[in-house]
Amino acid sequence: MANPRQALGDLLWRRIVIVLPYLWLVLFFLVPFAIVFKISFSDPIVAQPPFTPLFDQSQNFLNWFQGSLNNYLFLLEDNLYWVSYLRSIKVAFISTIFCLLLGYPMAYYIAQSPPTKRNVLLMLIILPFWTSFLLRVYAWMGILSTNGIINSMFLWTGIIDEPIQMLYTNFAVYLGIVYTYLPFMILPLYANLERLDLNLHDAAADLGGKPLQVFRDITLPVSLPGIIAGSLLVFIPAMGEFVIPALLGGLDSLMIGRTLYDEFFVNRDWPLASAVATILLLILVLPMVFFQRTQAKSVEENS
Amino acid sequence: MDANNKMNKPHEPQVPDGSPNIQSFIQIQALSKEFNGFKAIDQVNLNIHKGELFAILGGSGCGKSTLLRMLAGLETPSSGKIILDGEDITDWPAYERPINMMFQSYALFPHMTVEKNVAYGLQKEKIPQSEIDQRVKKMLDLVQLSDFGKRKPDRLSGGEKQRVALARALIKNPKLLLLDEPLAALDKKLREQTQFELINLQEELGVTFIVVTHDQEEAMTLASRIAVMKAGKFVQIGSPTEIYEYPKNRFVADFFGTINIFDAIVIDQDDAQITATFDQSELILKAYTHNTTNIGDKVGIAVRPEKISISKDLPVDANITISKGIVWDLAYYGNHSIYRVKTESGRIVQVSTQNHKRSSEHLVEWNDEVYLSWEQNSSIVLLD
Repeated sequence: MANPRQALGDLLWRRIVIVLPYLWLVLFFLVPFAIVFKISFSDPIVAQPPFTPLFDQSQNFLNWFQGSLNNYLFLLEDNLYWVSYLRSIKVAFISTIFCLLLGYPMAYYIAQSPPTKRNVLLMLIILPFWTSFLLRVYAWMGILSTNGIINSMFLWTGIIDEPIQMLYTNFAVYLGIVYTYLPFMILPLYANLERLDLNLHDAAADLGGKPLQVFRDITLPVSLPGIIAGSLLVFIPAMGEFVIPALLGGLDSLMIGRTLYDEFFVNRDWPLASAVATILLLILVLPMVFFQRTQAKSVEENS
Repeated sequence: MDANNKMNKPHEPQVPDGSPNIQSFIQIQALSKEFNGFKAIDQVNLNIHKGELFAILGGSGCGKSTLLRMLAGLETPSSGKIILDGEDITDWPAYERPINMMFQSYALFPHMTVEKNVAYGLQKEKIPQSEIDQRVKKMLDLVQLSDFGKRKPDRLSGGEKQRVALARALIKNPKLLLLDEPLAALDKKLREQTQFELINLQEELGVTFIVVTHDQEEAMTLASRIAVMKAGKFVQIGSPTEIYEYPKNRFVADFFGTINIFDAIVIDQDDAQITATFDQSELILKAYTHNTTNIGDKVGIAVRPEKISISKDLPVDANITISKGIVWDLAYYGNHSIYRVKTESGRIVQVSTQNHKRSSEHLVEWNDEVYLSWEQNSSIVLLD
């Protein structure tokens, strides 16, 4: 780089490239969250906007700050919120496990297929995304309902005498979530397993590992980053899922997404809804921060 | 010992290379492997003795790796038998065979430390942990990696990885150790050093080694015997000297180092000595062979570059073949020099000479007219 002007240009360009994603995160993640976080300390009023200002400059300056922790305290008092949070964690967790159990063999099979077949299979995994998500959930309603395809078929073949209630049950919620988020499990797992060196399997077998032991000792730990990435990609959106439990679930399948929606749009209690959203974010972010810390630590220990 | 006599007689391998009546440590009998109709290994027979360092040499795709994988149990033979120490192990799964392998890419478990990598084989045998620790420590001492036990493979150099792979493969005291291109991933200096370490280790432990390689130099320096492989079959089996000095055919001759091959026509055979002509009697070639040839047969007469002398004056000796030409090309390598000489018929002959003396005066220079000469018993007769 003989030309100093060009060097300066390159440096500038590099700066821009680095700054852009940060700018994106600040604008579309940090700023909205700051607003939500701020609202969560206000009180609801019937007005536009429907919450009290956090700083009231008409008061004397010691009382400028009008915020309170009332909303957070209320979340502790009313067990509706606790139940919703816990239910969401449970549903997201179980769905993640099912996605993993289904997705791992699928990803493994795709990764071991010959390249041409591999691309076709990957296409098939991604194909559902070409249809609207909402449409696909509605399609499931048609499949699962009492006079839907499954029940009609079972009735026609005489396996059952009267339709089984599948729609508006927990089963339908799990089915919907697993169906929707399975590709998010398969794709990172596939990316990981595709790079798996099959010589490692041969080496483990050669040293006396039986097939199941080889899987446990080698395949599973080596693909752990893929498992973690896939699980996070399923768990996080499943935790806040609103549409699937609302459309496929019953009255007892209340999840935090639905509670949040109701607070915002039914009760129009924005401050309380903001507090719910803040806690939801904490529940999701804290374990990830902890995980990253331990990961960084183990990397450090190795060096 | 009459060295001359030994040189005169083309050497026949004295070690068995396929005869099933001799009880060998490893017997490979009529082993074949087909992949979708393609014969990767075609009716191969091989006997290997206990404690031998045996090399299987061949170009890529000749089937040498398939043969190795069948020995390890990672590939199932289509037909044939593998007998190890009197036991037919053909149908044994890889994890039950007392055979271990060092993989070409080393295949170290990336998520385990060096210690755990080495210990893996023992852990599968339900050996008490205290004994495992002891044996791992001893093995790491042996390969000089005692200080690296806690490291992960990605923190090791190529040479260190190679030694971890070796330690991991040796720790179960296998009856047979398979090495797939053991030195290929190392740089030249390290390769030479590791080569000797490998030989010393093999002698110390007395384990039978089978090395697979595409590098003829590696095979020659490591092995006590070499099998040259081509298209799923053995072309020649013998000691490095036998294979280098008495190659059976053009493929082997060409595979091992550089060789000048003259396509000649037999004009006379007297006992073991044949006389052949090259390019309409421009050059009369004499060589010895056990094989009978007829007058008019086409043969290849081959001479290694280092067997040829180069001089500006006409050499006086009755027992030599002489050719005349001009120096076309010349390369100085320090310890030796290589000349490419264009003979009168336009053929390029390669000659190499040792630079015994430190002489700045190059005796032979570009475009010099020179005489090439070699002894009759340096020539090799190649029938195919």
